[in-house]
Amino acid sequence: MKKLIALLALFGAVTLGAPGIALAQDKGAPAATTTTVTDTVKVDAKAGTVTETVKVEEKKEEAKPAAPSPNKGDVAWMLMSTALVIMMSIPALALFYGGMVRAKNMLSVLMQVFVTFSLITVLWCVYGYSLAFTEGNAFFGGFDRLFLSGALDAGKGEFAMAATFSKGVVIPEIVFIAFQATFAAITCALIVGAFAERIKFSAVLIFMVIWFTFAYAPIAHMVWFWMGPDAYTDPKLVDELNAKAGMIWQWGALDFAGGTVVHINAGVAGLVGAYLAGKRIGWGREAMSPHNLPLTMIGASLLWVGWFGFNAGSALEAGNSAALAFLNTFLATACAVLSWSFGEWIFKGKPSMLGAASGAVAGLVAITPAAGNVGVPGAFVIGLAAGLVCLWGVNGLKRMLGADDSLDVFGVHAVGGVLGALLTGVFNAPGLGGPGFVTDWVTAATGFSSIGEQVWVQAKAVGVTIVWSGVVAFIAYKIADLIVGLRVTEEEEREGLDVNSHGETAYHG
Amino acid sequence: MKLVTAIIKPFKLDEVREALSAIGVQGITVTEVKGFGRQKGHTELYRGAEYVVDFLPKVKIEAAIKNEMLDQVVEAIEKAANTGKIGDGKIFVFDVEQVIRIRTGETGAEAI
Repeated sequence: MKKLIALLALFGAVTLGAPGIALAQDKGAPAATTTTVTDTVKVDAKAGTVTETVKVEEKKEEAKPAAPSPNKGDVAWMLMSTALVIMMSIPALALFYGGMVRAKNMLSVLMQVFVTFSLITVLWCVYGYSLAFTEGNAFFGGFDRLFLSGALDAGKGEFAMAATFSKGVVIPEIVFIAFQATFAAITCALIVGAFAERIKFSAVLIFMVIWFTFAYAPIAHMVWFWMGPDAYTDPKLVDELNAKAGMIWQWGALDFAGGTVVHINAGVAGLVGAYLAGKRIGWGREAMSPHNLPLTMIGASLLWVGWFGFNAGSALEAGNSAALAFLNTFLATACAVLSWSFGEWIFKGKPSMLGAASGAVAGLVAITPAAGNVGVPGAFVIGLAAGLVCLWGVNGLKRMLGADDSLDVFGVHAVGGVLGALLTGVFNAPGLGGPGFVTDWVTAATGFSSIGEQVWVQAKAVGVTIVWSGVVAFIAYKIADLIVGLRVTEEEEREGLDVNSHGETAYHG
Repeated sequence: MKLVTAIIKPFKLDEVREALSAIGVQGITVTEVKGFGRQKGHTELYRGAEYVVDFLPKVKIEAAIKNEMLDQVVEAIEKAANTGKIGDGKIFVFDVEQVIRIRTGETGAEAI
């Protein structure tokens, strides 16, 4: 009971403490300078900003352009993508992880993923979305969308619009909110794999609340928040608008679907957790073989399918960019399955099913930041490299790190994420088949700087993510440790978390 | 009366059962077991972790028989369970003091 109260108090503190932070930030005055439309909707973008309804005095008598209305195809695709990403957490990730633990801990892993997913979805709608995707400073957003206020008025049938990456193309903001909620939720759920089989359930929840608030939301803001293409109407506004975007976006880092925000972020938090929670009892002496690799294979396959929503959906509209992301996600993953399997065959003697499934996830992770940012040559190289580099990540690198990262969250997600983020800077180059990036949002002209320059920008984004996530994770685990303790007792760990933490067993007979 | 206990490779179970039926053995008891002998275990590799699996799955067969059938039974099991490779298993023979059929109360050789 005491623990429960502590938990609630913490939750309350986080939610109530938030407005204080809000006041400390100075919010730029809403810029609605050049609009000639009355009562129009200011549209922002992907990493989309929020849209606000702004009253503006009409200055001219010209025919006013109608507020952009969403295309049904785009909306259908984004709703579909959102549902696919939900499937990636539950059941895909839960099964992928669950199959790899021992039978006595199966339900604990399913439960940690399931409840983390739900917890983050709720927090997202309470304050997370606002903190990540509204205007604030270069690190955090503001509180304009607390409890999603202003995103819709269901009674009047009014829906605010969020921008995409194309001028004049919008989707209902609530679609963007739901889509991004699934990203926040799966990122947090990914971390579960690092401290699986020994963590206390209450500690997981406390950690998740803190880490989500102070690591996920700001990193998402830094990488993905900008004012949207429609705001860029005049070259004179560019500097002012750019200054309102997140810090890493301002640097020009490319992250199509979350190499930094999702994978490096979660992987680093996982590694810190593996260190702080300590090794499982019997680690290195007792066998800790996966109890059901068929479930792991099913999980990996569902992840692959769901990832089409994750990557191709990150285009935010059903067009060329989504199609490119789809193909790259398909091809790079297949490449990674082959390279991991053959790598294992050559270096370890046998190609394993767990290896093939891990290779698929490694490929998916690495192609995530690149999905719509590279061409087919990029997909081949990134996929092939991901299989081999992540194979090293769970072998040589893991031994060097010496942490008991139970399900290799760092070795696959952080390592694959860094690889993908850096290679995105290489294969974005038009000379290597890439599409380049938009250099001028007023005219939407694309270009490319140089590989060296872009890789350096990518590396800075990776560095910030690693440090930020690592520091926040460290503090969050320490707080959880102080309040409830990170680990279950030795006896409970030996007997299994299922029966001790959840009062049930996965298998009978 | 004798109790013949044989540890065999699991996939040989059907052949052994058929061989025993053919020579008139009335009933057997089968248990799935794990163990090791000269075959030892094998190693399994999961990503970076290598585990030595000491105990291999085997099947244990138990049959209570009359003394005069012993040679036949041992020969039948030996033949049916043999692959010629290491790990084919072993046969143990015990003396049985008493046998009772629960339904009728019969005892001794009649109860087998």
